[in-house]
Parts: sequence; C-alpha cells; structure tokens
Amino acid sequence: MRTALTILRKDLLLELRTLEMLPAMAMLAVITFVIFHFGLSRDTLSGQLAAGELTVTLLFSAMLGINRLFVAEREQGGFDAFLLAPVDRSAMLLAKATALYIYLALLELVALPAFALFAAPPHMGSSLPALILFLALSNGAFAVIGTFVSAIAVHTRARDLIGPMIGLPLLLPALIATSLGIGPLLTVHASGSPSGKWLAVLALYDLFTALLAYAVFDFLLEE
Amino acid sequence: MTTHVRHLRGLTIATAITLLVALALVFFYVPFDANQGFIQKIFYIHVPLAIVSLVGYVLGGVFAVAYLRTGERAWDMRSYTAIHMALIFSVAGLVSGSIWAKGSWGHWWVWSEPTLVAYLIVILLYCTYQPLRFSIEDFERQSRYAAVFAIVCGAFVPINFMVVRLSVNYLHPHILNLEGGNLPGSMKLTFYTSLLAISLLYATLMKYEMAAKMTRIETRRLRRRLLGEDAMRPLGRSAAPQ
Repeated sequence: MRTALTILRKDLLLELRTLEMLPAMAMLAVITFVIFHFGLSRDTLSGQLAAGELTVTLLFSAMLGINRLFVAEREQGGFDAFLLAPVDRSAMLLAKATALYIYLALLELVALPAFALFAAPPHMGSSLPALILFLALSNGAFAVIGTFVSAIAVHTRARDLIGPMIGLPLLLPALIATSLGIGPLLTVHASGSPSGKWLAVLALYDLFTALLAYAVFDFLLEE
Repeated sequence: MTTHVRHLRGLTIATAITLLVALALVFFYVPFDANQGFIQKIFYIHVPLAIVSLVGYVLGGVFAVAYLRTGERAWDMRSYTAIHMALIFSVAGLVSGSIWAKGSWGHWWVWSEPTLVAYLIVILLYCTYQPLRFSIEDFERQSRYAAVFAIVCGAFVPINFMVVRLSVNYLHPHILNLEGGNLPGSMKLTFYTSLLAISLLYATLMKYEMAAKMTRIETRRLRRRLLGEDAMRPLGRSAAPQ
C-alpha cells in the first residue's frame, strides 16, 4: 500500500511539473466536441446521440493518457528500479490505475462543462448526479483496462498502435453500459434517476476487470 | 517430436469420415425447415463453426495458464495454434452467419442480433493477437505477454456475450435454441454430428499446425548442429512461437 502511494505521488508530481498529459487530453476532448458538431451538424443534442458523443469523446481522450501511462517508466529505467526493489508487484497496478482514474476525473471536470456548452443536452442539471455516478463507474473500467493494456503495449515496438487495438474491444462492454445508461438521462422527458441495470453491469465489469488484471499483472513486469 | 505426429493419421481419417457423414446427413437426410427451406441448412455448418471457434479461444486461454504455470514452450505453441485456428474458424463462422442472415432476414448484417455483434467484437479483439506477438522482439517476453493476452481475452469472451445480449431490446426470435429443446430428432442428430465433425476438424488442423511448427524448429536445430552457427540465417521477428 505504501509502495503504491509512493508511486502514485511520484506520478502525480511528475504530471504536475511537466503537464504532459492532462492538457492534451482536455484539448482533445474539446476539439472532438467541435468536430462532432460539424460531423453531426446539430446545434443541440439529446438522448442517445448526446450520450454517444460524450462517451466516445471521453474514450478517445482516455486513450491519449493510456498510451503515455508507462512511457516515463520505460524511457528512464523506472521499471528496472521497481523490479530491483523488494516490493509487491501489484502496487504498480494499483498506483497506475489510481493515477489514470484521477486523470480521467480531472479530464471530465473540463469535458463535462464543455459538453454542456457545445451539445446543450436537455436536463443536464437535474441528471448531473446520475451522470457523475455513471462516469465514476466507467472510469474504473477505463483505469484498470487502460493500465493493463498500457503495460502490455509499452514493451512492444508499435506501442501507440497496439494499445488502442487491444484496449478498444476490451473496453466495449463498459462503453455499451455507459452510453446506454447515460442516453435516457439526457432525453427531454428524463426522470433524472439512473438505470439500475446498467449501473450493475458497469460495477460488475469493474470488478471483473480488476480481479483479472490483478491476477495476471505480475507476469507483465518480469524481466 | 514424434508425440505430435503419432495420432495424426488416425485423427485425420476419423475427421474425414465424420465430416463426410455430417455433410451427407445435412444434404440427404435432414428435412427442410418448414419456414426457411433450404437456406436453413447452413445452420449445421455455421453454428458448429461458431461454437468451436469460441471454445477454441477459451482453450487458448487455458493453455496460456498452463504455459505461465510450467514455462514449457509446448504450451505456448498450443495456445498460439488454438487461437490461430479459432480465428480462421470464426471468420468462416462470420461469413456463413452473414449468408444465413441475408437468406433468412434479408440483410447481410443485423445489429439487433446480439450473438452476431458480440461475435464480431471477439474477432476484432483476437485479430490483435498476432500483431501483438509480432511487435515484441524478445521471444520469451513475446510468449509471456501473449499468454497474458490469451487469458484475459479468454475470460472476456463469455462476459462480452452477456453484456451485448443485455444491450439489445428487440431480440430476433431464436429459430432454433441450442439446448435442443425444440429441435426435432433428425435435426438434433444432424446438428450434433456436424458439431462433432467440426470439432474434429479443429483438432486435426491444430495438430497439423503444431506438427509443422515443431518440425521446423527441429530442422533448424539439426541444421545448426550439422553446419554450425555461422551457416544459419538469423531468425527474423515472427508472430509464431520459435
């Protein structure tokens, strides 16, 4: 636990000092909303269309972060140092997944207001708590799968290609649940209460991915 | 090496006979479906292909677990061939399913059929297996990462099917459910014979691929001993286990 906290602190400090990832992720999210505006040619969006735009945008921004998650470790020998240290290997998974979760939450702090401004879906205010609940759960799946995929991809030659290629299909169940769960929240006649079915699916998928990643992650760190 | 080819001849003959029997049953014995007529007969090829390929993916994950536990290269080879063959079978399954959909529903692709969509997602995921192997240069690391991939994706296959099934509000009526509850006897017999035939075909092709790869490794080893290290061309990167 202390190891995980140390790595997490190191990652957040590094991000705070270099600002390599977060501004790029936020920029990509905003520009994607603009692209969607022209691609769909609508001034306001509602229902499933709005939910799709939001989830796809968040997914692509998350991909930027996922691709860069382990780059510093590889380029500056962090992996070797970590393997030399007598600590639990799973700490790396926990620390990196938490870091990615925090990045995603910060990204959404920028992306959600931008989404409300550009897409102007109805009842954004009243369904905001439910929306946040969905994003909090989907971030869990994104963070765990993102960390797992990133740990695989960082050792491959075509790092930036392999990551999204493996990550996107693995993320699809979470994407389906988020998008179909958010959709009814953004319709004109929305009740503001989230669908229990999709929350349960997301929570179970989070649990499933977390257990699976925990089981296999050690094998990705051997030298 | 001989262990890989020992049962190959018997297995090949058994596969050929079962396949012929299954095809004969499909074409000459089993009656036309009352609603769909002739096109329904693709069911006896398509569904076994799909089932066998999905089982093959999961099998690849099971072999990968064995590889990570024992560290023996043979398990890595089994995992690789299982997934490789399953990928080929599932492309055939997808194409045959598409033909069936066109014949019976009038469209090549039907988004409201969750089995089809989930199947496509699984295929897209496993299409990255070979690129992943290919892009890792160190063979030991390649095997280890491929095993981790195979385990995670093998567990992902059933979960994915459940989630996609939940996502579709309108389900096509399932003409024939797989429990065989509403299959008449003649159709059941034909279906299970086809399933057996396709499973045997999968096993045979997998064995052949393993035998070919093992023979190549063995030949290379013998050549190296005979001609010396300098005569060997250096190994290029490859997706297959070396």
